[in-house]
This record gives sequence, structure tokens and C-alpha cells, in this order.
Amino acid sequence: MLSISNLGVTFTQYDQGLRRKQLAVITDLDLDVKAGEVVAVVGASGSGKSLLAHALLGILPENAALSGTMRFKGEILTPERCRALRGKTIALIPQSIGYLDPLMTVGGQVQRVAQLAGRAKAEASASVSKTFARYNLSETVRDRYPFQLSGGMARRVLVSTAVVTQAQLVIADEPTPGLHPDVVVETLNHLRELAVEGRGVILITHDIEAALQIADRVAVFYAGTTVEIAAAKDFLSGNLRHPYTQALWRSLPQNEFIPVPGNQPSPEQLPVGCLFSDRCDWVSETCTAERPQLRELRSGWVRCVHAKG
Amino acid sequence: MRIKALLIGATIFAAQKLLRLGLLLIAVAVFTFVLLSLSPIDPVKAYIGADMMQISPEQQALIAERWGLDQPIWSRFLDWLGQLLQGNMGTSLVFNQPVSQVIALRFQASLQMLAIAWFLSGLLGLGLGIIAGALQGRWIDRLIRLYAYTLASSPTFWVALLLLIVFAVSFKVAPICCAAPPGVLSGNVTFWQHLHHLLLPAVALSIIGIANITLHTRQKLIDVLHSDYVLFAQAQGESLWNIIRYHGFRNILLPAITLQFASLSELFGGSVLVEQVFAYPGLGEATVQAALRSDIPLLVGIVFFSALFVYTGNTLADLAYPLIDPRIQLGGQRSL
Ligand code: SF4
Repeated sequence: MLSISNLGVTFTQYDQGLRRKQLAVITDLDLDVKAGEVVAVVGASGSGKSLLAHALLGILPENAALSGTMRFKGEILTPERCRALRGKTIALIPQSIGYLDPLMTVGGQVQRVAQLAGRAKAEASASVSKTFARYNLSETVRDRYPFQLSGGMARRVLVSTAVVTQAQLVIADEPTPGLHPDVVVETLNHLRELAVEGRGVILITHDIEAALQIADRVAVFYAGTTVEIAAAKDFLSGNLRHPYTQALWRSLPQNEFIPVPGNQPSPEQLPVGCLFSDRCDWVSETCTAERPQLRELRSGWVRCVHAKG
Repeated sequence: MRIKALLIGATIFAAQKLLRLGLLLIAVAVFTFVLLSLSPIDPVKAYIGADMMQISPEQQALIAERWGLDQPIWSRFLDWLGQLLQGNMGTSLVFNQPVSQVIALRFQASLQMLAIAWFLSGLLGLGLGIIAGALQGRWIDRLIRLYAYTLASSPTFWVALLLLIVFAVSFKVAPICCAAPPGVLSGNVTFWQHLHHLLLPAVALSIIGIANITLHTRQKLIDVLHSDYVLFAQAQGESLWNIIRYHGFRNILLPAITLQFASLSELFGGSVLVEQVFAYPGLGEATVQAALRSDIPLLVGIVFFSALFVYTGNTLADLAYPLIDPRIQLGGQRSL
């Protein structure tokens, strides 16, 4: 359904003295999503997760330049095509209730989303009713304002915004942080349901545990690049390919709880070779000479010259 | 439950407002009295004017005594306060009429001008601000900002004089002064003559407010356009103008209303200068006369009245908030 290869996003900035600076915030990003599948995109903040969503929706700031290719259902996604598809075929489930207008009723806003997806007014209203019923939101919730929703309700309203569009690709941006554990489970189940209904779901998160509960595959992002794409089960079976993924997995509390030392390289001074080289235990001269290519390995994908079969 | 909470909120709101108004008015009265008592202008001399030489010191003392000017300031103040509580604002020395009558008459003339200026500056300011904010960085935004900064930094009386020179002197499309054509009795002034005399001062006055409202609206809209909820609206495919229509408008309305009512006091202040330039017989012009001739009762009356006027405006704004933003409740509690 969606395939992204070698996506690059560069911001042009002017610093003091009006010198032009190019910030490569995303370099060589790869991802593919099939219909009926949940693909989790995990990575620390600054790894390019949210920017990927913004690129897909055509809402990057004006000073951003794209390179590489994105295809949706075989067709190349140009920024114009993104703008045509967003809200209709590609939908975003935003991070928090802060993405709803504080001064507009919840029902009014979800209704507006349905209308933007191409439904007539009455039909849109009916679909809001249907969707609210599906998520156990009573009709009175329509007249509430975002600040009057509980955490769980807010999540269900946000999921509703994607469901009323009948989008085929749904991007959920960090849906779980700060939620009660029960609500987390509920939210994740809702996302899983969307995939079961045949949609492709991209789950953007920094929470590997949450991702593994519902994802079919996990793409690990590091400093704006895809370092590994693994099946969810590869994590538990120890079939991980990239040293960063392994380190990330070890850093979880239920595993060894060893944090990964160091930081991601800043986009202002990316190394010539592997972006992970300054934190990698396996680093060698081949690593620092040039960027490793993404290659297929043990029925997954990895961007590391030393990962073995 | 909700109704009861609302009632309690409204009661607290009313009580707070009244208490604050009372304190404000007392403070204003004391302040004005003290300032005027320090003023170097002698009210008796100011009243008599050029005839001063022909009036003996005894007669002057008699006038002073007749007006209570020989009393110390605090006793005059208490006197005035006592009268005020009985609904009597005193008699104007300049107009030789009860202060309340002078204010009522003059305010009627000013009110129309203020109202026109207020609406004009509000509408134009909001419109220009929205255009500039939506098209931030484009040439039209720069043009509007240049215009606003120029206006914001030019003094009111200068703008008024400029308008007078251009429209009344050069093009002769507007009258040069006053509220009615010369020699026409106030009862015989037609509506159009009235409007004709009103328009130029009102426009001059509105120009003060426009710049401020434009720049504030622009900034607020830019903030809104950078918010998360606008990002989400964009992700749904909402166009720029629809974003402004559905989200921008709602979210800039509150600060716009606050600003619009706050601008009342500026307009009031501006009207003093504008009425002076156009010799328009409104409250502002009366203020200048009262101040120059140490007409304490009239001046205090006017100051009092304008404080009340501006305060009422701000209270109206407060009342409007909960209608626009459901998070705001009367009585000060902000629920969340
Ligand atoms: S390419 Fe080299 S530096 Fe990069 S992750 Fe693999 S081993 Fe480490």
C-alpha cells in the first residue's frame, strides 16, 4: 500500500548573518506498509518519526525540501498528491486533545473531519453518530468541548476522527504516553481493529513495549534513517539485526535496563559513514567510510555492514 | 447543580465588579481633586478672564466664598461627595449649568462620534489584522504592517489636522468645524448635515484604534495558525481560509473583544484632541475647557463619568467571555 524509499527531508535555515544552512533531518528513510497491517515506527525523539507523518500528510513547513520516493498504491506521492489524499485516504490520529480546537464542540469538529473527507452534511452527521456509538461515546459528548473530556474519552474521540474519514492508511502519532494503563490497552486495541478492517496503520511511538503488543512489524528509526525493519516476534526471539535495535531492546526495564550511552548525531554535523558509528561497539573502518545500505537479512531489513545472517 | 453554580458565579461576579467600581470611583475622585488643588490656575481668575482688572479683591473674595473656594480642599471634597451621594454632581463654573446636564448634552454629541469610530476601528483593524496574519510575510502583510506602524507612531492631533487640511481645506468635501453648519439652530439640523459634520472627526478618531487592533489581531492569528489544532486541521485537508473561518475566528475573537473594549479608554482620550482640532462640541472639548479654567465640579464629573463608561465597557467584555470560551466562567473560577 505504502512504500517509502530513501526519503530525505532537508530544512533550509538562515542563521545570524543570513548564512544559509541545510539541515538534513531525515536521510535515507525506508518504510513499507501493507493493507491490514500495523507497522510500528519506533525511535527516540529527533529520529524523524513525526516528520515522516508530516511528510506523508504534506504538512511540513515551507522551508523543507523532500528527496527520495514515496509511493501510495503504486502511485508516486508528490506533495500535491499528499495534499489531495490527506483527510480522505490518509488520516492522522493526533497525539493529544491539544490537537482539537479548544473553542469548538467535539461533535462539530469530528463532523467537519467527515465533511472534509467528502461526505455531505447529513451523511457526515450520521457517520459521526455511528462512529461515536462504536466507541461508546454517548450523543451528549458531541456537545462537549475538548476540555470536558476524560483521558479515555479523548482518545476515543481522536480515533473517531480517523474512522469517519474511511481512510485506508491511518497514522497514529504517539497515542499512548501519559495514559492510564487500561486506556493504553484500549487505544492499542482500537488501532489493531482498524488494521483488521483492512486499513494500513502506522503507529508512531517511542514505546517499544506498547508497539509490540499490536504491531506486525517494527521499523526502528535512528537520526532520521531506518536502521532496521523487523517482525514483532523477532524482538522476543532475539532475532534482532542492528546493534541499535539490540541496545534499545536491552534498555527496557524488564530486560537488562542498560541505557544506550551517547546521543544521536545532530543534523548539523552528520558523520560521513554509518550514523550510529560513534555509539556502536562493532564499529570498523568500513562503517565510517560510507553510509551502509539497507539490505535484506533473515527476512527483515537492516542498515549495518556487520550484521550477520 | 449547574444552574446553582452559575447563579453563585454570577453573584460573586456582580459583587466583585461593584466593589471594584466603588473603589475605582473614589480613587479617581480623590486623585482629580488633589491634582486640581495643586494646579497653578486660580479658578476665580479663570472665570472672570479679561475683566479681572475691573473687579475688586473684595468682589473676588465674594465669588470665591460663593463657590466655596475659600474652604480647604478636604472640606470641599467632603461637600462634593455628600452632594454626589444625593445625586447632585454640582454646578459647572464654565457653563453655569448643572454638571449632569452638561455631561448629558456633551456626551450625546460625542457618543455618535465614538460609536462610529469604535466600530470603524474594530472592523477595519480586525479585517486588516486577519489578512496580514493569514498572509504573513507576503507583500500585503508588509504593506499593512507599514501602514499600521506609521499610524501607531503619528500623534492623533496631527492625523486630525492632516485630514482637516486634505478633506476640508483642499477638497472641500467636509466641513471645517463644529457639529452643524453655522447659523443653523440645533433643532433644524438635518440627519445628513449631522452625519456630514460627524464623519471626519469620527474617521480621525478611529485611525488611532486601527493600528493597535490590526497589529494585535495579526499576531494572535499567527499564533493560532502555528497551533497544534491548526496543524491537525491542515492534515485533514482544510484550506487556509476555512481554517481561519472555523478555527482562527473563534480563537482570535476573545482577545479581539478584550482589545476592542480596552480601546474605549483610548478613544475617549483621543476624542479630547480630535474634538479640539475639529471644534466639535463634545465631551472631549468640554474636558479641555473645564481643565483650562479649573472647573473642578465639571472636570471631576467628566472624569467620573468616563471612568464609569470605560468600566462598563470592560464589564461587558467580561460578560461576553463565557459565551465565546466555555472554559471561562463568571466569578473568576476557570474550570479545568
Ligand atoms: S555499520 Fe558499523 S557502525 Fe554502523 S551499526 Fe553497523 S557495525 Fe555499527
